[in-house]
This record gives sequence, C-alpha cells and structure tokens, in this order.
Amino acid sequence: MTKWINRRGFIARIAALLALPLLSLRSARAQTPAADALLDKITGGAPIQTGRVRLEIPALADNGNSVSLRVVVDSPMTPANHVKSIHLVAPKNPRPGVASFFFGAGAGKPQLTTRIRLSGSQGVMAIAAMSDGSFWAATTEVAVTVSACWDAS
Amino acid sequence: MAARISVPQNARRGDQIEIRIAIQHPMETGYRVEDNGTAITKNVINKLLCRYNGAEVFRAEMGSGISANPYLSFFIVAAASGELRFDWVDDTGVAGSERSAIIVA
Amino acid sequence: MSSPRLAAWLLALLFTCICSSTSAQPAARPVPLKSGIEFTGAEVRALQGDEFANPGMLWISRGSALWDQPAGKEGRACAGCHGEAAAGMKAVATRYPQIDRASGALINLEGRIQQCREQRQHAPPFKYESEELLGLTAYVRQQSNGMPLSISIAGAAQPHFERGREFYYQRFGQMNLSCAQCHQDNWGKKLGPEAISQGHGNPYPIYRLEWQTMGSLHRRFRSCLSGVRAEMLPQGSPAYLDLELYLAWRSGNLPIEAPGVRR
Repeated sequence: MTKWINRRGFIARIAALLALPLLSLRSARAQTPAADALLDKITGGAPIQTGRVRLEIPALADNGNSVSLRVVVDSPMTPANHVKSIHLVAPKNPRPGVASFFFGAGAGKPQLTTRIRLSGSQGVMAIAAMSDGSFWAATTEVAVTVSACWDAS
Repeated sequence: MAARISVPQNARRGDQIEIRIAIQHPMETGYRVEDNGTAITKNVINKLLCRYNGAEVFRAEMGSGISANPYLSFFIVAAASGELRFDWVDDTGVAGSERSAIIVA
Repeated sequence: MSSPRLAAWLLALLFTCICSSTSAQPAARPVPLKSGIEFTGAEVRALQGDEFANPGMLWISRGSALWDQPAGKEGRACAGCHGEAAAGMKAVATRYPQIDRASGALINLEGRIQQCREQRQHAPPFKYESEELLGLTAYVRQQSNGMPLSISIAGAAQPHFERGREFYYQRFGQMNLSCAQCHQDNWGKKLGPEAISQGHGNPYPIYRLEWQTMGSLHRRFRSCLSGVRAEMLPQGSPAYLDLELYLAWRSGNLPIEAPGVRR
C-alpha cells in the first residue's frame, strides 16, 4: 500500500496506464515514413484500430512477384453499418500504396482476394474504412526471399 | 487484353455471389530496365469498375503493387436479373471490357 | 615403386579418369520420380490447381482463340485440318519431341506448330516466347493434361538422346556446374531458400512467377545456363532439342501438367 502512495512510483504507474491505449493505436501504424504519410491520407489523420480485419497471406512468399492474399472484414454490411473501402499497404515497397477497393450499394460480403508484389520482407497492412468513419486494420508479417539463381533468360 | 471472368449464370435473390476476374497485363512497374539501360515505362491497369445493371458495385484503384496478370475476387449480392459489366483502363489509356448476363430468381 | 607396379597404378588412374568423363555417365532417372510441383510452396500449388486463378489459363484462352483463327493466304485455321482441339489434339503432346518424318530432324511441339504455320498454313511462323506460340503450345499441351509422355529414343532419335544425355552431364559456365549436379545428385536439398527440383519438363510451358509471364522449356534452359554464368543458346537450338528429348525420357511416367505454374 505504501509503495503505491510513493509519489514518483505512483506517477510512473499512472503514466504507464495512460500510455497503453496510445500504444495499441500506434501498433497499427506502418513501418516507414512514406507508408505513415499514406495512412494519414487514407484516414485523414483518424486513428486506426487493430481488429475486425483479417489478412490471410502466407508467412513465407514463394516469390515476391506474386503473393496471394485474402482480406475478410467483420461487418454486417447494412446501409447503416458497412465497409466503404479496403486499402492494401506494403510499407517497404517503393510505392507503399498497393490498391484501394471501394464497395457500392450492391456489394456483398467484404471479402477480397488478389495477388500483390512485395519487394522484400515486411508487415503488409489491410485497412478497412467503415461507414461510421472508423478505421480498422490488420498487419501480417511476410518473409520474401530472392530467387536462388540469377535469370537472364 | 485477354481477360476471363467467372460469374454464375443463375442465382437466387439475396445470394452472395463471388465474382472473379483475371486480366492478362504486365502491370509494368516502371522500375525495370532494358538490357541497354533504358527504363521501361510504367503501365498498370489503374482502375477497374464493376457495374450491376448500371450501378457501380465495386471499384478497384490499383498500382504497380498488384501482380502482373491481375486477379481479383469479390462478392456482390444477387438482386435482379440483368447484366454485370466490367470496365478497366491502364496508364496508356488502353481500355478493356467484359459483360456477363445474370439470371436472378 | 617398381615399373610394373607403377604401370598398373597409372593404368588404374587412366581407367578412373575415363570412367568419370561425361560421355560415360549413364542415362538415369531420379528415384522416386517427383514432379517439380512437389518442391514448390503451397501458394504455387494452389495457383496451379485453381482452374480460374491459374494465370496460364489466360494464354490457353488466347491459344484456343488462335486455333480457330484463319491464317495465311488460304485463310486456313488449325481447326480446318485438325478439327476441335479436344479431339484432334488428344494425346498429341505426349509424343513430342519426335523425329519429323519429312525432314528426319528432331522436332518439339513448338517446332511442329511453327512448321504447320509456315509450310501448311503459309503464314509467318510465330517466334519462341511470342504470345501466339506460347498460347498455342499451352493449348495443345492442355489436351494431354494428366497423361504421361510416350516418346521414342530408338532409331533416328537415339543419337539425339545420347547428345542430350551428354549435355545433361556436361559442366557449364563460370560456376562449372552440370544439370545433373543439381537435379540428379542434389534434388530435394536447398539452394538458398528454394528446394531444388528434379528438373523435369512435364509442366512446360509454364507461368513462372519469376518471369511474371508464361515461358517455354527452352527459356528455362536459358535461365539455368545464365544461373551458372554460362553462355545461353537461343530457343530452338539443336542442343536444347536434344536435351528436351533426354528430359522427356528422364521424366518417365510423370504426367503432363498444363498449364503449369512454378515460382
């Protein structure tokens, strides 16, 4: 009991507790300044929360030229509550913005599959923009290796 | 551009139907160089639209991070019989288009 | 050392040298036979197995359209002579490479398509790696999907087979490596992050993720030669045709995979 009332320790613990929600928001940031700038552009500066988005992508890519992925977002897709768009960001690619997908009124469940290029190992991000103005994201680490042999064919 | 689309011919109203599209296109990044050193100009399919009976249901804005011979799969809700129309364009302005009829019971 | 013993020792050394020379390497298949698809990752396997997502299907679509397209002065399409490809081309790809009866030369499927274009359709032939030749070759191969090869290495084909075998065991390039050293002696082991395959030709032409497009078996030979820092021959070279025949024999009863996808 006396330890908690100790002023220096008390302030440090309160500061640590307050920092926790900020940390969970910051963990949904990208790994490069270019990607961070892109995320700000997508969200208009709004925070990106982790969750509701599932990014299925192999942990080890056969070849960086073509990596299949699937994005699934948890959303009822009603007029009042739906996914407006899904954005794919590869922070370490020369162009971190990979693609943006926009859903219209007749769109079905928010589940998307495509193949992307990854210039190296990185945490690929899928960000969903919801109709209520919130942003949710998932980041999945992918290891990308270079081909064993030089090919000048 | 060669393109293949996969759309079910028939569906029940309210069904979730999967649309798949594969387009033959190099999605040239602009980072490659010829053997003599000259850069190969960037050229990617930058936009793809899917319209269902005229209304836009899905739009993809793509960059060079999408693999060559782009492949997309997404879902729409079967609402009414009619036509699904796909239109896409690349950086040089070359456009492609495909249509598929759908019968919704 | 005494003279007779020295002579015996030298003879033994000479014998060993002769036996290890490339021309004495016997034709051999890896045991057990495994398609390259077993050495790829889950993603490549999924791509090859998905009829719609398989990128090679885009070339097959093109090939299928070309099959019906009139060509040359007389406006002859492939279909004009061969009918529907599903019937007319069934099992055809399993018999290549083969000796061309008219010329006596060894000819592969690409060569036959080029020959038909030029000599029977009277149209300009398609070059290797052209969209047209890749599309038609892939389309014809697809009609033999799942079938093992049925080639002959006897008679006029035999010298080609022997030359192909010698090529297979010959060291090439700055790295001084032969096909056999990777694909016969070390298949299954890792080269960097990749598992070395047995190097069979059964899925070709393939959509190769590394190329981001479809490519021929001869292009793959060029890839391997550049990989060991050797000079690459052009597609269609006699040496590649001989090697293709050797590989066709070497792949035993492995089925044709069409369209093939590899990394």
